[in-house]
Amino acid sequence: MHEALAAIAEQIRAAAARHEPLRIRAGGSKDFYGNPPRGTVLDPRALCGIVSYEPTELALTVRCGTPLAQVEAALDEQGQMLAFEPPHYGRDATIGGCIASALAGPRRASAGYSYGGVRDFVLGAKLLDGQAQLLSFGGMVMKNVAGYDVARLLTGSLGVLGVIIEVSLKVVPKHQVERTLRFVMSEAAALHQLNAWGAQPLPISASAWHTEALFVRLSGSAAAIEAAAARLGGKLIEAGVAAQFWRGLREQTDTFFAGEAPLWRLSVPSSGAPVELGTQQLIEWGGALRWLRCTHGTAQIRARAQALGGHATLFRGGDRTQGVFTPLAPAVAAIHRRLRAQFDPHGIFDAGRMYPESHDANHAR
Amino acid sequence: MNQSIDLERQRQVVTALRTVLSESCVLYREEDTRPFECDGLTLYRQVPMAVALPETESQVAQILKLCHTLQVPVVPRGAGTGLSGSALPHAGGVLLSMAKFNRILELDGIARTATVQPGVRNLAISEAAAAHRLYYAPDPSSQIACTIGGNVAENSGGVHCLKYGLTVHNVLRVRALTVTGEALEFGGRALDSPGLDLLAVVIGSEGMLAVTTEVTVRLVPLPQLARCIMASFAQVTDACHAVAALIAAGIIPAGLEMLDQAASRLVEPFAHAGYDLDAAAVLLCESDGTPEEVSDEIQHMSAVLRSAHATRVQVSNSESERLRFWAGRKNAFPAAGRAAPAYYCMDGTIPRRHLAEMLLSIQSMERKYDLQCPNVFHAGDGNLHPLILFDDSDADSVARAEQFGAEILEKTVQLGGTISGEHGIGVEKLNQMCSQFDRATLDAFGAVKQAFDPSGLLNPGKVVPTLHRCGEYAGMKVRAAAAPFPDLPRF
Repeated sequence: MHEALAAIAEQIRAAAARHEPLRIRAGGSKDFYGNPPRGTVLDPRALCGIVSYEPTELALTVRCGTPLAQVEAALDEQGQMLAFEPPHYGRDATIGGCIASALAGPRRASAGYSYGGVRDFVLGAKLLDGQAQLLSFGGMVMKNVAGYDVARLLTGSLGVLGVIIEVSLKVVPKHQVERTLRFVMSEAAALHQLNAWGAQPLPISASAWHTEALFVRLSGSAAAIEAAAARLGGKLIEAGVAAQFWRGLREQTDTFFAGEAPLWRLSVPSSGAPVELGTQQLIEWGGALRWLRCTHGTAQIRARAQALGGHATLFRGGDRTQGVFTPLAPAVAAIHRRLRAQFDPHGIFDAGRMYPESHDANHAR
Repeated sequence: MNQSIDLERQRQVVTALRTVLSESCVLYREEDTRPFECDGLTLYRQVPMAVALPETESQVAQILKLCHTLQVPVVPRGAGTGLSGSALPHAGGVLLSMAKFNRILELDGIARTATVQPGVRNLAISEAAAAHRLYYAPDPSSQIACTIGGNVAENSGGVHCLKYGLTVHNVLRVRALTVTGEALEFGGRALDSPGLDLLAVVIGSEGMLAVTTEVTVRLVPLPQLARCIMASFAQVTDACHAVAALIAAGIIPAGLEMLDQAASRLVEPFAHAGYDLDAAAVLLCESDGTPEEVSDEIQHMSAVLRSAHATRVQVSNSESERLRFWAGRKNAFPAAGRAAPAYYCMDGTIPRRHLAEMLLSIQSMERKYDLQCPNVFHAGDGNLHPLILFDDSDADSVARAEQFGAEILEKTVQLGGTISGEHGIGVEKLNQMCSQFDRATLDAFGAVKQAFDPSGLLNPGKVVPTLHRCGEYAGMKVRAAAAPFPDLPRF
């Protein structure tokens, strides 16, 4: 067993013996995300490095503590990328945190082969569960239906089922050309336009609307981009400015995200009506992601998201006492509880990160 | 197999089912239940104790409740086209046919989604969406018959999934009933949901975690144009290298399929696709998108194929020609059915770099088991479909076919692949699950099953092998290896 792996297993065993809660944390770039973390820190960063990367297989296997930047640099050298354009939120982001949080960037709602969230590109994963057993799910191949798809279940699990040790990902070729267009448009017009374009075979890889301006990024072959740009119109944005703009969105360094006002993330059907809560707003993913800056009450925002057919997360700041995620339906919560009892029988992993205290009471501690 | 039915128990269960369903929707006489004895994998057969044909979600919920009370296993079934026996009935169980759930509930051209009942056929979704110039991307070969409920159960693929993904990438939401008949939803109409991604684990769970009653799928724009290249190769290894060369060139073809010579010769008289019968392997390589994209990509792909030693490169010049190229590939299974009394379709996926090695191994197995095995496969995904031709009226031929299949699966695991790319484990590959996964991981699958279905009544005996079974299989393998001349056929 890898020395670092053995050390993590030992820390899990010791915590289990003492019924002491563990908080899985590497670079801490996503400390702000989820309910307030608790427990003794388990830092898996000693477990790092790319295990295998075969560009012609479109597959990469990497240990959890590997810096996200290192993974992206290795892919870039071969003209490939992580399709879901994950946010780093800091220099210390690791691939483990990327998988555990399942946060995807602007390319999430892209057309074509780069469409999909983090879990859509997960091929396999290794896990140390609450009894320090090493489990291996999925594999390194593109198609795999042997056994339940636990590797994707671990994606976005915020560490509540165990420590993600290693992950295999499908990677994709970078697009030859990217071009960004700008349009002046109201919110309602932009939502209408984005959905209309989404129903057409256009190489749109990202979109963003804020204060009457709609930005659309096209990605693909030179000829395809030329033809699409001619069809869409709009004003061409200089490449350097455009790259900085999309980076600002992906990393939330854009001025929209500055300041202390609570940041809400509403994930809704792209065709959902305008939110109309009278807040500062930024729209991504062709209309499917609405960021709000406001101090409205949790109940009001959740109700609005639900009415639009989606859910709301208190992403940064604000009053986090009511839980930052939309509560689960009771039948679904029961499955969550039983899954955690199976994977983490001693209840040592920081489940509070995903579930507020009130929902946690039933889990044996 | 084919255990007999406990008639006393049958009377009890049928009486209970009739409190929920009309008489015509409860089948129990053998002449009525016989058609349900197997799915697309005909090697395994079992007549169910009873067949229930509900028409509403509330009836399904009541059936599940009463079966739970009576502790009767329930096996859900769609169109029964599955190829791994995951819809194989249980002698003491109710076969829950979802055939009557055949309505498209909503087709939203703006949100690009369709919400359908589980018994809706895969192709019917695309046909309905065509009015909006949209379609449902996953296209298993059985798409004219297979249902979306079955696709969800198996995480079905198709020839376009390298670019457009599998079922799991194209389903947004599943409404389902738990084993106790409680309704719940996995996923939603948005692109993500709070909490653990239970949708991802329900898709591909072979009807063992919940009973699907409604599915919302993502629709994508119909490409303006699609063209296909048919390339011939003098060596199978050249064709395999060409596949890697295409990927290395940064191309994700809409479809990338290979047929070996035996397969081309098998399908040509049946499908008249125009395949090069002198080629050791034929590659079908598709581009779709806008006319500009397609023109660019076809040019790029043709150049890569030529430099990878293609002996002939032919590009479809019309939609009918493109469909003709595909006709051979899509009809490989029926053609196999015509060429031999029976065929056994395998489904391993391996890292693409081992394709040539795998094909050579299969050739030597053909000699070892004295059976023919043409190969068609999703080359882009490394997903192989060797078709073992055998005679199902000859017990010896059946036994050789089963052993041939098992050896292919073992080789798949050895090469770092998986025993199933898209057809599922069902009952067929239970033994090889013991080879691919260690006990702790198999127990974790058992734990997932427990979390969704603590009673273990939903489709029992599939996917996750028991400790006992793995022990017996390990013993069998040891004995086979210890026998003298293990490579000689012994029939």
